[in-house]
Amino acid sequence: MAVNRRLWLLALPFLGTLIVPLYDAREPYLFGFPFFYWYLFAWLLVLPPLVWFVDRGRRQ
Amino acid sequence: MSTAVHWTAWSVFAFFFALVTVLGFVAARWKKADLNHLHEWGLGGRRFGTGITWFLLGGDLYTAYTVIAVPALVYATGAYGFFALPYTIVAFPVFYVFAPRLWNVCHRHSYVTLADFAQGRYDNRRLALAVALTGVLATLPYIALQLVGMQVVFEAMGFGGVRGGAEIALIVAFVVLAVYTYTSGLRAPAMIAFVKDTMIYIFVIAAVIVIPAKLGGYGAIFAAADHAFAARGSGGILLHAGQAMPYATLAFGSALALFLYPHAATGMLAASNGGTLRRNAMLLPIYSVLLGLIALMGYMAIAAQVDAKGTAIVPALILQSLPEWFAGFCCAAIALGALVPAAIMSIGAANLVTRNIWRPYINANMTPAQEAHVAKVTSLVVKFGALAFVVFLPLHFAIDLQLLGGIWILQVFPAIACGLFTRWFRGNALLAGWAAGMALGTALSASVGMKPVFALPGIGGVYIGLIALAANFTVAALITAIANARGKLHRTDATAAIDYEDAVAVRS
Repeated sequence: MAVNRRLWLLALPFLGTLIVPLYDAREPYLFGFPFFYWYLFAWLLVLPPLVWFVDRGRRQ
Repeated sequence: MSTAVHWTAWSVFAFFFALVTVLGFVAARWKKADLNHLHEWGLGGRRFGTGITWFLLGGDLYTAYTVIAVPALVYATGAYGFFALPYTIVAFPVFYVFAPRLWNVCHRHSYVTLADFAQGRYDNRRLALAVALTGVLATLPYIALQLVGMQVVFEAMGFGGVRGGAEIALIVAFVVLAVYTYTSGLRAPAMIAFVKDTMIYIFVIAAVIVIPAKLGGYGAIFAAADHAFAARGSGGILLHAGQAMPYATLAFGSALALFLYPHAATGMLAASNGGTLRRNAMLLPIYSVLLGLIALMGYMAIAAQVDAKGTAIVPALILQSLPEWFAGFCCAAIALGALVPAAIMSIGAANLVTRNIWRPYINANMTPAQEAHVAKVTSLVVKFGALAFVVFLPLHFAIDLQLLGGIWILQVFPAIACGLFTRWFRGNALLAGWAAGMALGTALSASVGMKPVFALPGIGGVYIGLIALAANFTVAALITAIANARGKLHRTDATAAIDYEDAVAVRS
């Protein structure tokens, strides 16, 4: 079976959320939310299309 | 906290409780099949589609206790309590990689539990027993905490003032739950999850709009929290130096452990195919948005200066800031939120006891009907055990054990998660690694007073589950390498590489 190379993209959420210094900051604020908070919420919005894209690579 | 009984809230609650009770019993006729088979009673016949699985897994993983404990942690510590977000963010990539393979192999070999898989893969009864016992041990305190979640809500609704009132309400709710789980099996929580999760979504979305509007917006809420942490001299809306490592390792370790829990396995195996689970890996993050919003209630409680402490803050915040009928709706949503996971957890534990303890050690020749009967009775025993736990023992036992349960369940990761990809590890080596991880994890946790984090020299605080897992892997790898070097024979593997792939891939 051909390995789906897009699977590597699934490492991004790990890097993006477990490397804390990337986002442990107040600035910039968005709608009153410090960066720390809206950054994490933004990951939740990125996740479904990311997994969808990876999965499309498997189906092709 | 007011000790007056909130009758309007109770009426709303009673209405929704009656509704889900009816659903719980009606569920027995849903997708009609013979419930005297374990795969029907305990896995809903493995035919839940994407939507049902989404509600079932979402309702299963984001429990009543989550709804009250996460904001309580945020209230007490601030940003540290938000480890729940990276946890669920990385949990779904993990889920995407492991869940479809697990579903495929379990479907092909009619495995009902993770321990069934361990038995088939490694032909090792003791390893399967270890996996089963770990699952049962980790699940019991988790069920108990669901009861704690209900109890907190009942007390906030004013039954704390009536002597024994919250306990009686709890016992009534749980007996009803036990009876319809007995008759309907996994179909009951699957059906109830629709109602309960719809209610939770309405509650949370309304709460995160209405409450901040009263408190002057999110900017004001964060400012109030910031100010309060500065005044307390602990916690903060950002992580302090030294908190980043515990935060990240807790998130990572919890994400690896999440899908090893019996209730998660039960929810996954009940899906109709691997594609259902892949689509759920895309859709379940919607629940995590909800979790993040729920976590923010910890800050809202600070800004609103609620007159409550610990786990009581969310119900107190609701009753203080929302009209009473809607507060009743929200309290009902949280309390009903306990029923779905409690039912699935007891079914998951019952499946393990039936398949991996009763069948191999007590009665090897059970008929399918006897097997289903053992599972049904076990689900009752498990639930009443949890009830006794909460009613008779101090609260911290359940909390401490649940924390240990998370560390323990992670110790089956090498056997189960790695086992889905490689047969390199040997069964006895995995068993020894498991034992080492269990012992080390328990000892480290006890040495720091039942806390999840241990300070490693030179690294800082690390989640104990991960430290134990590292020891587990080391032992399993060493023993496997030694056995390989001595040229010991491999035991039979009942599964083949193709069993882990989707059926479509087999045909092409």
